[in-house]
Amino acid sequence: MSERQPLLAVDRLTMRFGGLTAIDDLSLDVHTGRITAVIGPNGAGKTTLFNCMTGFYKPTVGSVRLNHPQRGTLALEALASHQVARAAQVVRTFQNIRLFPKMTVLENLIVAQHNPLQEASRFSLAGLLGLPSYRRAETQAVEKAVRWLTRLGLIDKADLAAGDLPYGTQRRIEIARALCVDPILLCLDEPAAGLNPRESAELNALLQSLVRDDGLSILLIEHDMNVVMNVSDHICVLNYGRKIAEGTPEAIRTNPSVIQAYLGEEEDERYDGDKGAAR
Amino acid sequence: MGEPVVQVLGGATLADRSKDALAVAFVALLLGIPMVGLTTVDQGGTLQVATRWPILAAFVLAVFAGRLVLRYLADRLGERRVRRERSLTSSDQRRTAGGRRMIVRVGWLAFIGALLLPIAFSDNRYVVDTATTVLIYVMLGWGLNVVVGLAGLLDLGHVAFYAVGAYAYALLSTQFGWGFWVALPVAGLIAAGFGLIIGWPSLRLRGDYLAIVTLGFGEIIRVILINWTEFSGGPNGITSIPRPTFFGLPFKPPSDEPTFASFFGLEFSPVHRIVFLYYVILVLCVLTNVFVTRLRRLPVGRAWEAVREDEIACKALGINVTNVKLSAFVLGAMLGGVAGVFFAARQGFISPESFTFNESAIILAIVVLGGMGSQLGVVLASLVLVLLPELGRDFAEYRMLLFGTAMILIMIWKPGGILSKREPTLRHAREEGRP
Ligand SMILES: Nc1ncnc2c1ncn2[C@@H]1O[C@H](COP(=O)(O)OP(=O)(O)OP(=O)(O)O)[C@@H](O)[C@H]1O
Ligand SMILES: [Mg+2]
Repeated sequence: MSERQPLLAVDRLTMRFGGLTAIDDLSLDVHTGRITAVIGPNGAGKTTLFNCMTGFYKPTVGSVRLNHPQRGTLALEALASHQVARAAQVVRTFQNIRLFPKMTVLENLIVAQHNPLQEASRFSLAGLLGLPSYRRAETQAVEKAVRWLTRLGLIDKADLAAGDLPYGTQRRIEIARALCVDPILLCLDEPAAGLNPRESAELNALLQSLVRDDGLSILLIEHDMNVVMNVSDHICVLNYGRKIAEGTPEAIRTNPSVIQAYLGEEEDERYDGDKGAAR
Repeated sequence: MGEPVVQVLGGATLADRSKDALAVAFVALLLGIPMVGLTTVDQGGTLQVATRWPILAAFVLAVFAGRLVLRYLADRLGERRVRRERSLTSSDQRRTAGGRRMIVRVGWLAFIGALLLPIAFSDNRYVVDTATTVLIYVMLGWGLNVVVGLAGLLDLGHVAFYAVGAYAYALLSTQFGWGFWVALPVAGLIAAGFGLIIGWPSLRLRGDYLAIVTLGFGEIIRVILINWTEFSGGPNGITSIPRPTFFGLPFKPPSDEPTFASFFGLEFSPVHRIVFLYYVILVLCVLTNVFVTRLRRLPVGRAWEAVREDEIACKALGINVTNVKLSAFVLGAMLGGVAGVFFAARQGFISPESFTFNESAIILAIVVLGGMGSQLGVVLASLVLVLLPELGRDFAEYRMLLFGTAMILIMIWKPGGILSKREPTLRHAREEGRP
């Protein structure tokens, strides 16, 4: 482990909802070029962490700093959610998939490139006139979308309505769409949920190749231990909003308090995690 | 997966249906005893209760039979829908491409028909006049379609922008002598300005607030127009609004100055102006359609639809949702304002009575009925909603009944609107037979 500056530093973050403390004094570093996993029983506060990082919730206390390679240090907790994606290039997916269901898969990926395209269309004037500068930008956007679709094995679905496709496919579309925003940090909320074993093996390979070949950093929430243990460089375990352990997959696997937290959960009723982000 | 559904539907046997109809008939009997079975008769100054069992029996029987028929029809419709959905999932690209070409063809046919209509009916003022009304609603529908159909914002006061446009033209022309063609864009911009003022604060709030704010705004505008007499003429409205001229040539009976008729050496006829107005609104409609259709294929247009589909996902992708909504809302307001200018110029007289909530409701019905987001759907719905009451004129008191029944039938037959199929804004695979 190097002592470099982390890409993302969550510092003493606390998020309370009335009397409930969903995140309790959490500090966490995410390093460039790594896959960092956040795991924990249902209701541990994992999704809440994402919501605090990406501007959907304002944390009660604490800070989230992003050290952007070109743009300096950004305080994510102070940015509006669209600014987190646009200015900080931190892009997330959702636990309960959020596609644009009536739009085609390709359109979903083009919408993700809204900001550069909108600039190229010059308040739609260049677009309305069909100027070459805009046309070029649109062609490039389609090319980028097609590249990701091909890479994720979705290209034959390009013209189908996203909402009509099977669950596993929708998960991949959501990842492809996030990639079209050109993230430097990709935050995935349970990307393996609902995938069959073959699909989740493909997901493993994809995540590793994104880090290795595309220089991305990934923050991953996941329940599927096959995925977590195989791909993560670093794991952080939450329970009731607190960090109870942190380390390499090997260290986490044998950590007694982690085993305790997970065994304890078996007796509880499984918590239904379909809350989504706040409006 | 589809199998059990069909079985349940097909399994509604005669016995099931009769049982259901019997239950309904029983309720009818309970309600019918006091309402139908018993009546009071005046017998020499005193009221006596009399029974009407035969009528009650007929009533209950009618309910029984009616329910039986209704259930049968509903089941058949349901089966058809399941079958249609099945055939859709076995999705056959050629068929949807065929459907798309068909829509394009119908669109062109409608356009050519609209172009030729005044020629075919040049001696029939009523037809051209009604067609002009249809086109005004088409224009209003297309404006609101951007807001409701594409961006998914519920605007219950679209008529306010229509009123702003109409009064802007009426005042600019009567007070300052502005011509129609100069006032047209200016009034459109004024309406857009109102859209900005209303939209900017309310669009950052949750969806439901916009509906309330627009509803309120529609009423406020109307109340102001009624009460601010010095400004708007109050309930009397504004009269003798100048009509549009043909490149400076007025449509008037012969006089000293050149008129449209004298310039072209025609015999003066009031029909000239009506036909001219018709073509003016047709041109405005065509411009609107081209504009909106092109915008839909641009980043803004796609963002409108994306916001309608999932606002939170948009934010996570870096889209400023408030700006996207505002652009749709302001554009809708502008198009409403332009339609208002035309309305004022056509009528020559406007008053607050033309801009009631009723009008907003009709425009909204046009968008919903047409199929949210569909341009051709708006045209078809405008035809239905304008022509039905016109045709119904002969039935006078049954008019609203006819209108309501038609609305219900369309919504049963096509819950997503007349044309609910969405056309993608761009595609990966080139289609054969398309440039
Ligand atoms: N907007 C909110 N209002 C109130 N309570 C909330 C809100 N969002 C989350 N919580 C609560 O915070 C706690 C943590 O929820 P969170 O969704 O972060 O859990 P999680 O770790 O993602 O669980 P899962 O594995 O089920 O997705 C839960 O008790 C949840 O009920
Ligand atoms: Mg969660």
